[in-house]
Amino acid sequence: MYHYDEYDRALVTERVAQFRDQVARRLSGELSEEEFLPLRLQNGLYLQRHAYMLRVAIPYGTLSANQLRTLASIARDFDRGYGHFTTRQNIQYNWIELERVPDILERLAQVDMHAIQTSGNCVRNISTDAFAGVAADEVLDPRPLAEILRQWSTVNPEFLYLPRKFKIALCSATEDRAAVMMHDIGLYLYRDTNGEMLFDVMVGGGLGRTPILSQPIRRALPWRHLLSYVEAVLRVYNRHGRRDNKYKARIKILVKALGIEAFASEVDAEWEHIKDGLAELTEAEFSRVAANFVPPAYLPQPATDLGYGTALAQDAQFTRWVQRNTHAHKVPGYVSVTLSTKPGGDIPPGDVTAEQMEQVADLAERFGFGEVRVAHEQNLVLPDIAKADLYCFWQAVCDAGLATANIGLLTDVIACPGGDYCSLANAKSIPVAQAIQHRFADQTLLQDLGEISLNISGCMNACGHHHIGNIGILGVDKNGSEWYQFTIGGAQGKQSALGKVIGPAFSAAEVPDVIAHLADVYREQRIESERFVDTVARVGLEPFKARVYQREEASA
Amino acid sequence: MNNLIRLGGEGAKLVDADPWMLALTLPEDSTALLILSLSDWLARQPEAVLRAEQISADAVCLQPDDEAEQLEPYLAVLPLIAVHFPTFRDGRGYSQAYLLRTRLGWQGELRAVGDVLRDQLSHMRQCGFDAFAVREDKSAEDALKGLAGMSVLYGRSAIEPRPLFRRRDTL
Ligand code: HEM
Ligand code: SF4
Repeated sequence: MYHYDEYDRALVTERVAQFRDQVARRLSGELSEEEFLPLRLQNGLYLQRHAYMLRVAIPYGTLSANQLRTLASIARDFDRGYGHFTTRQNIQYNWIELERVPDILERLAQVDMHAIQTSGNCVRNISTDAFAGVAADEVLDPRPLAEILRQWSTVNPEFLYLPRKFKIALCSATEDRAAVMMHDIGLYLYRDTNGEMLFDVMVGGGLGRTPILSQPIRRALPWRHLLSYVEAVLRVYNRHGRRDNKYKARIKILVKALGIEAFASEVDAEWEHIKDGLAELTEAEFSRVAANFVPPAYLPQPATDLGYGTALAQDAQFTRWVQRNTHAHKVPGYVSVTLSTKPGGDIPPGDVTAEQMEQVADLAERFGFGEVRVAHEQNLVLPDIAKADLYCFWQAVCDAGLATANIGLLTDVIACPGGDYCSLANAKSIPVAQAIQHRFADQTLLQDLGEISLNISGCMNACGHHHIGNIGILGVDKNGSEWYQFTIGGAQGKQSALGKVIGPAFSAAEVPDVIAHLADVYREQRIESERFVDTVARVGLEPFKARVYQREEASA
Repeated sequence: MNNLIRLGGEGAKLVDADPWMLALTLPEDSTALLILSLSDWLARQPEAVLRAEQISADAVCLQPDDEAEQLEPYLAVLPLIAVHFPTFRDGRGYSQAYLLRTRLGWQGELRAVGDVLRDQLSHMRQCGFDAFAVREDKSAEDALKGLAGMSVLYGRSAIEPRPLFRRRDTL
């Protein structure tokens, strides 16, 4: 992973000092809340319903074991003993006191971490595939260019007061696991036949109250032009994006208003001025950064491991976990493992305790190469586990309470913090997620339903990505009470689609039944091993609607 | 204008007696030197100024909706360009400044006016501003502390055209 040099370290250290001073000026009243607000947001600090929330950046979702231990220590010393991993591969602490934030940031800086630009109308954390660098289907490693982009966008003086937030994601595997098409800029990285790194650039994606998938703006952009091209897009957006209405301020609205061709020609005109200048990336810089991402010293593994084979044959629970929670690795004999943060019960999706973080850090060192990833589905990933160690590893993960075999299944719910924490919420999300997990706790049923993504947002800001869930649940407010609207057929990845609303909203109590009806219709209608989302695409909404609403009328 | 900071050879200084007055709506009659909105400026200039043959007596102020390129024909005859930040959260002025400096080649004074506050001064400086009319209810002396900002800039700026990766090993 990337190791800071003296420049990187100086920047985060000076930033802590700067924010410490700003907090002191806020507390003394020298800065008004209005003046302080963008400053604190650009340092990751939100005001929620009960307390401040601090969002710490985990650039492209990569952490060292040591960094994870620091996150654990912050959870313990400054919060209530847990943290919440988010859909943008960051971590949030929900119970933070303003006075102590500079100390938290200082502790982060000691392990080369920060909270810079995790909020605010600026370029946010760059996200990518949680399996970057190790996935079997990866074309090349996106992390060096993600890091280069992270550096370039950090405290870039021209682009700190954009019309709205700006999110960039990269992907360079066959399967898009980074939800590239719902980002303001999405980058598909690949090599041409000469081995040259190129980008297909997408622009104008975003969810929120006007969900839009991004559109291609430039094909085959040579990697050297990455920064100048992104700069051109940002300059056009900074100058022309709407600022009169915050709900129409994302770049997606500008792209839609101008049309992609007109927008692209604006960008090209701007890019013409800067593309061949000093912004052009150099081989030397790429090599400097890429040297941080050389693969670890993998050990040659036997083609078949006897112990592993035996464990698979004898322990059905282990086998099920291996099927669900491991991911194919580039290197023979290794797998990447997803640790589920969604055991159900009273644990909100994405919440991990300080003890668990420490356990995971230990496991990463004992079984892996000391690295941990955060997946945008709010789970943790240990990228490099030898199959020969897997049984032993699994037992340790079970002890940590992170071995629920539900990755990609209905109970692997993605949910925003919702009304329990968030002051913008129309409705709670966490109790709804828990009720669904409870209802579908039966492993046989769950496995039989197969892959279904379920996303819950507490309001139309869509932090839970409900639009791209196979089943999406949106909290809505009807005369002051909490209701839930359903969409089905959403999908992420290269076949991204926005879900369609099935009809009037339901009360919280009805939600698990609605899901059960949807699941029943799927099981009746599916052909062979067709996934839920494919069945919806084939048969349409009608059979689902008919069941869900007919039952409701009958019971009313 | 009051509360003005200007960068010069020996660093940043508070300016005591600045002769310019910001007049975003045209005053009835005024003897001061005026900084006018672009439309007022255009309306008030004699032919010779508009043909870029005579130095203008008035300065111009770009507002967020204006395009920096609109000033291109007049750069040789403008005494000063101001950029207005109606609120410090409106970042268009940063791009205007960047364009004026790097693309249009403006070398005269570039003054930030409006909601100009300590915590944004270093970004403004990096985008090419060299004068800052700090909001009147704030202390300009105090704002001076915000000018330096951080020592590391990863990207590039109007005052440092090389991104850090081209400077990294020159230390
Ligand atoms: C509790 C404090 C939070 C607040 C106040 C908040 C606020 C918002 C708002 C206002 C938007 C809409 C922005 C727009 O459309 O322009 C948004 C979008 C988003 N939020 Fe949050 N959020 C919070 C927590 C979270 C969490 C915990 C996550 C991750 C689990 C998250 C992930 C996202 C994502 C991915 C989007 C982008 C959707 C898009 O592209 O439009 N947010 N958030
Ligand atoms: S979707 Fe709404 S309720 Fe949920 S975290 Fe975002 S803003 Fe809050």
